[in-house]
Amino acid sequence: MNDIFRKYQNWLMLIVFIIATIIALIPLFGVLGYVLKNGLSALNIQFFINLPKAMGLPGGGMANAIVGTLIMVLIASLIGIPIGILAAIYLTEYDRHSWLSTVVRFATDVLTGIPSIIVGIVIYTAVVLKMGNFSALAGGLALAIIMIPLIIRSTEEMLKLVSHSIREAGYALGISKGKTILKIVLPTAAKGIITGAMLAVARVAGETAPLLFTALGNQYWARSLNEPIASLPVQIFQYATSPYKEWHQLAWAGSLVLILMVIILNLVARFAFRSRSI
Amino acid sequence: MSKQYKLTASLGDQILRLLTLSMAIGVLVLMVWMGWQMFDTARPSIQRFGLGFITSRVWDPVKEQFGALPFIYGTLVTSFLALLLAAPIGLGVAIFLNEMAESRFRAVVGFLVEMLAAIPSVVYGLWGIFVLAPWLKTTVEPGLAKWLGFIPLFQGTPVGFGMLAGGLILAVMILPTIAAISREVMAAVPNMQREAALALGATKWEMIRVAVLPYAKSGIMGGIMLGLGRALGETMAVTMVIGNRPDILASLFAPAYSMAAVIANEFTEATYDLYLSALVEIGLILFGITLVLNFFARLLVWSVGRGPKGGSIV
Amino acid sequence: MFRKKGKLLAYLVMTALVLILAGCGEQAPGTSTGQEKVNLTGSGSSFVYPLLNQQIEEYRKQNSAITINYQSTGSGAGIKQVSEQTIDFGATDGPMTEDQLKAAKGGKILHIPLTLGAVAVTYNEPNLPKDLKIDPKVLADIFLGKITKWNDPKIAADNPDVSLPDSTITVAHRSDGSGTTYIFSDYLSRISSEWSSKVGKGTSLSWPAGLGGKGNAGVAGVIQQTTGSIGYLELAYAVQNNLPYARIKNKEGNWVAPSLQSTSAAAANATIPDDMRVSIVNAPGTDAYPIAGFAWALIYQDQTDKAKGTALVNFLNWAIHDGQALAEGLHYAKLPANLISREEELLKSITFQGQSLLK
Repeated sequence: MNDIFRKYQNWLMLIVFIIATIIALIPLFGVLGYVLKNGLSALNIQFFINLPKAMGLPGGGMANAIVGTLIMVLIASLIGIPIGILAAIYLTEYDRHSWLSTVVRFATDVLTGIPSIIVGIVIYTAVVLKMGNFSALAGGLALAIIMIPLIIRSTEEMLKLVSHSIREAGYALGISKGKTILKIVLPTAAKGIITGAMLAVARVAGETAPLLFTALGNQYWARSLNEPIASLPVQIFQYATSPYKEWHQLAWAGSLVLILMVIILNLVARFAFRSRSI
Repeated sequence: MSKQYKLTASLGDQILRLLTLSMAIGVLVLMVWMGWQMFDTARPSIQRFGLGFITSRVWDPVKEQFGALPFIYGTLVTSFLALLLAAPIGLGVAIFLNEMAESRFRAVVGFLVEMLAAIPSVVYGLWGIFVLAPWLKTTVEPGLAKWLGFIPLFQGTPVGFGMLAGGLILAVMILPTIAAISREVMAAVPNMQREAALALGATKWEMIRVAVLPYAKSGIMGGIMLGLGRALGETMAVTMVIGNRPDILASLFAPAYSMAAVIANEFTEATYDLYLSALVEIGLILFGITLVLNFFARLLVWSVGRGPKGGSIV
Repeated sequence: MFRKKGKLLAYLVMTALVLILAGCGEQAPGTSTGQEKVNLTGSGSSFVYPLLNQQIEEYRKQNSAITINYQSTGSGAGIKQVSEQTIDFGATDGPMTEDQLKAAKGGKILHIPLTLGAVAVTYNEPNLPKDLKIDPKVLADIFLGKITKWNDPKIAADNPDVSLPDSTITVAHRSDGSGTTYIFSDYLSRISSEWSSKVGKGTSLSWPAGLGGKGNAGVAGVIQQTTGSIGYLELAYAVQNNLPYARIKNKEGNWVAPSLQSTSAAAANATIPDDMRVSIVNAPGTDAYPIAGFAWALIYQDQTDKAKGTALVNFLNWAIHDGQALAEGLHYAKLPANLISREEELLKSITFQGQSLLK
């Protein structure tokens, strides 16, 4: 009797977990399905080569927004990836257990959890107001601040996986610590570090909030990095909240492009670089 | 090896060490600097309104009166609604993937759940405006009002845009965080625990309940808190579906406002310093909350790595 | 492995450079006039955005070297960003207050009227006719949250022939700082003492009721997504979205729908001061539509960059002359002819190092 009850209870709970998993996946397919359905029909070659048209006119594209996103993500990567990797090297190679490292690790975790809109506020007051204009640089900088803690965390994890015997082999050969890190430890962990970097890039590529007050937006091409620039997420936001059918279509198409960018980055990061050669 | 070589090598070593050290300290400085920047900009508002800023429900830019309570309320209600939905489901997903699923299935479903976190916030918002909110308005909210209308939470006109929509979107967005961290801490539970429970004749569920969950409990709590942190600060998707109205109403159907959303909407438009300052103070409060939340969450997640917390059998 | 990473980085950098260059090359097709390229940034009023957007497109066809990026962020943002000097010009449909003018960091700001517009009261309720009559007091009560049903006796009193539905009214309003809100609340403050004391007028308000949307476009979006809703929109937005709009009782007691004529009629009797900051809500005149207003460009009298200043002044001069031809097609009223010459004088007073920029 008791055993039967336990058996049923067991089955019941297992079914509950399966249902939970199914429920969790419904929104994924819901979102992807709608984005595909609405986005594909609006996606054409014009979308990738044209500038936005004045509202109400058909045939506009988001070429400047796509390029704008790429440029700002690149700026963010050029700033964020080196800083992140260097800080992570310090945490794993030089000072793994000191109080300083603990505090820095905590700061990293806090930074990861900070709402991205706050980064936007800070960059607005510290950069946009001081430089006197909205710019791609300010936008890229805001994205870099979001990237840095992500890069530190992932790089640190990867460096920790490098076994001590490899480092000791380096020292035994009389190679200095710095060289050991640069020539042996980093290359060993390179795949993992690149994976982490790509995931961070995928994350910031979709960020909207920090760009609202830093990059502003632009319906034309930005001619220098010191000018306001369009980006896919901000443009999608503006189009989505507009009342124009044509713009809704563009918002769906833009979302499709953005999601594809993000998912491809995720897939490449996870599968092409999956085998951690350690 | 010549003496000279050694010298240059150690110089390079020094440079690398200093460089990495400065970057590490830079992260610390970055955090403090961000807090300071905001505090500095928020100062006029802090001096003018004091603690009353948090308890006042008036947000009136015309009369220069600012109180953050409606935004705090909207943020808390949507976030807790999201937790209520996402925590059990996220935990269920983690248990299913970790304890039940076959490895190939686990990889695929695990990847899909992580994809939920990869979808940009603004895309969720777009979906929220055109799919979720109309569905809530025509189907879900009238249904809830009909069957549960005696509870104030489910009274009022179905509008679609409101706290319910905000909470649901947030639930979807924080689910992967909770699932991923729960998986991580459950994976850290030694297999010996499981085997011991099974050897005593426990069913799979009993094994999970007795051997896995107690061990992972504090870590799971940490994961839920990190999920909460993400919900509190989420901006775009919430802005697009919450209705953007600074008011405190009991009904989940009612439009509300969140702290991050008011910053997104009004920040570039605050026409005078006190207004801007009040918005930044809201940001500062958000910053403070995430700081504290992360502190405790990380403490809990870290503690799992340290060692077992014995769970009482049965 | 390390070398590979360097290569990857190099590729990335190169790709980016190519993209940036490609972007520059494409940005102004057929620019070989030797004219200096100028990029201007403006932001603000969403009320004037449809018109300004088309004017910019049109102007660009004739002056390919000048690119004007105008972002519809709300009048509040236009005022703020001009004051902070983070943009080259702003646009607003609520004039700057004395305090705001004093707070501007770059000296004296001029208001240049760009166009005249009407704020339409629009609604989305399939069972209502296209031109519902709404009394000003009733309008105030709806937005105060005191009238909550479409079949309220007060609405029925003015619409005896209409069978009003028993549905709930959802108020839609702006969530951002807005000149459209300014005009609308300026009007409600004039006709309702309760509104005046409880809510007041401004670009951002503490709303007694309703759902917020960002920008005119955002409000139009909310109205379209929500049946039973009522909101206020710049007329062009209402027309372009096929939203019905109400007739409002004006100062003389006539029921007037927003239109080009009724908007011009509102401006006809106004005395406009030299600084151009004037309110024309609840204007006298039998055909005057009561909820109308100007949209102004905001520009510093003393420009700090000669090329930018020249381009800006020339564009604005074009916008108030030739650019007006685009107005009526987009449901904006043309600027009165006698006003345009006065505006030209204002534009001539804009200087760079003491030199007038408009030739």
